[in-house]
Amino acid sequence: MSKSERPNQLFRNLNAKVASIPMVLTAVVIFVGGSAWTVLYSFTNSKLLPRLNFVGLDQYYRLWSTPRWLVSIENLLVYGVLSLVFSLVIGFVLAALLDQKIRFEDTFRTIFLYPFALSFIVTGLVWQWLLNPEFGIQGVVRGLGWESFNFDPLYNSDIVIYGILIAALWQGTGLIMCLMLAGLRGIDEDIWKAARVDGIPTLKTYLFIIIPMMRPVFITALVIIAAGIVKVYDLVVAQTSGGPGIASEVPAKYVYDYMFFAQNLGQGFAASTMMLLSVVVVIVPWAYLEFGGKKRV
Amino acid sequence: MSDLAVSLPAGTGSIGLEASGPRGPKPRHVFSRRNIFLYGTLILVALYYLLPLYVMVVTSLKGMPEIRLGNIFSPPLEITFEPWVKAWSSACTGLNCDGLSRGFWNSVRITIPSVILSIAIASVNGYALANWRFKGADTFFVILIVGAFIPYQVMIYPIVIILREIGLYGSLSGLVIVHSIFGMPILTLLFRNYFSSMPEELFRAARVDGAGFWGIYFRIMLPMSLPIFVVAIILQVTGIWNDFLFGVVYTRPDTYPMTVQLNNIVNSVQGVKEYNVNMAATILTGLVPLVVYFVSGKLFVRGIAAGAVKG
Repeated sequence: MSKSERPNQLFRNLNAKVASIPMVLTAVVIFVGGSAWTVLYSFTNSKLLPRLNFVGLDQYYRLWSTPRWLVSIENLLVYGVLSLVFSLVIGFVLAALLDQKIRFEDTFRTIFLYPFALSFIVTGLVWQWLLNPEFGIQGVVRGLGWESFNFDPLYNSDIVIYGILIAALWQGTGLIMCLMLAGLRGIDEDIWKAARVDGIPTLKTYLFIIIPMMRPVFITALVIIAAGIVKVYDLVVAQTSGGPGIASEVPAKYVYDYMFFAQNLGQGFAASTMMLLSVVVVIVPWAYLEFGGKKRV
Repeated sequence: MSDLAVSLPAGTGSIGLEASGPRGPKPRHVFSRRNIFLYGTLILVALYYLLPLYVMVVTSLKGMPEIRLGNIFSPPLEITFEPWVKAWSSACTGLNCDGLSRGFWNSVRITIPSVILSIAIASVNGYALANWRFKGADTFFVILIVGAFIPYQVMIYPIVIILREIGLYGSLSGLVIVHSIFGMPILTLLFRNYFSSMPEELFRAARVDGAGFWGIYFRIMLPMSLPIFVVAIILQVTGIWNDFLFGVVYTRPDTYPMTVQLNNIVNSVQGVKEYNVNMAATILTGLVPLVVYFVSGKLFVRGIAAGAVKG
């Protein structure tokens, strides 16, 4: 009995299963398999070619004693925290300004969002030009008579990461603004009326009523920004190539350079495993909160 | 009781006032302090956002002598299109000197098949997940969505090995496959959510009429979901055109996409820096997604919002 039913089970819904093969392969082979492979090989001393010659945690010890990696992590933290805070604040303020029933709303929104259509390479190169000390903003201000004016983030290792941050915010805040605007539009008009009747000032209404109500939007924005922060790579390559010196290196660039230039695969794998770990630390609690309670995703 | 007594006259007073006075909201003065502040802020911010685009265009239309003398914000005294011509056809990358045109055509040859393949796969996937659930399907879907957050750096090397094994490493088809893989999570989510929101009766009626998996997909789902296909196309065209990392990892110098070539031209260390050519090249590379953006308008916003909203 059960023998005759088994093929029946397997072939039921066969077309859907066949159609899902690319998804299954991607999920299992690339996402799970690829990640596991990289983690496994991060414990080896692979150089030019991946070899299963295990050396324990050697690559990780070396990683955390490499100045370039430490600079990368420091940069990522500074860049990450600042871009998170500024993206959310600027995005929300712009959305709130656009939500005041103003004229030309579409025009303003189009202007704020257009940089998002541009690649990080284009963004990085434009800002490299704008921040050029000789001809860019610094040069122009000095030309106006303020000779001692100093603004050359891309050539000063202490502040180079802020130069990258400026470009990143220019490119990305439009998206956050759009999300926030959608969130603000989703809030019932009656809430505003009730707050007005109670005589609560607008600012307080935003801070204590509207923002708490927009929690899901903020979480979405947070996840999007956080995912973008870890991946930041093209912008740095285009704007500074990691310079001056190693002052603007980021982990993603470290991984790429060790895998494809330094021919030190083990280091690259260990560094990318650290990146994976940092994402897991952020994503797992979020996924648990989002999906853990519900049975169906 | 006393509360009521106090508040009642005020309430009736305001009602009486409204009934006798003009109706509708209080008209605002155009130049009220609030409006000046509001529009002033918005215009300043808008100028800030437009500034880089303006500087790009202005710089690309100047000659090099003028750039060395003047400031980057001043409009060109003599407009020249030479930088554009040079950027397109003869700018040097250090390897060759045939400008961005090669990268442009490579990007076209990468983007078109990638968009078609990724959307074809993801729409069928989303359809299977929405209407033809089978045991375990949701598990794979969750892996797929969570996988979207894995940094690409973790997976690029295993994919290099896979592509090398099947002989596609360094070729455009290899890159097309990579784009289809990494476009899958977001697109599958998009299509699954869209198909799930379609009325269930539609699907049931088609089933009763004897339509199968592909019949329903091609004759009912596809024609009814053109808007979501447009959204997906916008999402993918801009995303794939703007990609840099996959281009630089999975292609060879003669098949580099436009973004990689642009970076090589601008950040090439040889020769004198020609800022006007660089800016012309930068605009040229940004032009395709910008056109998509300005033409698609609200759909673009919908696309990224759809991409952003979780399942």
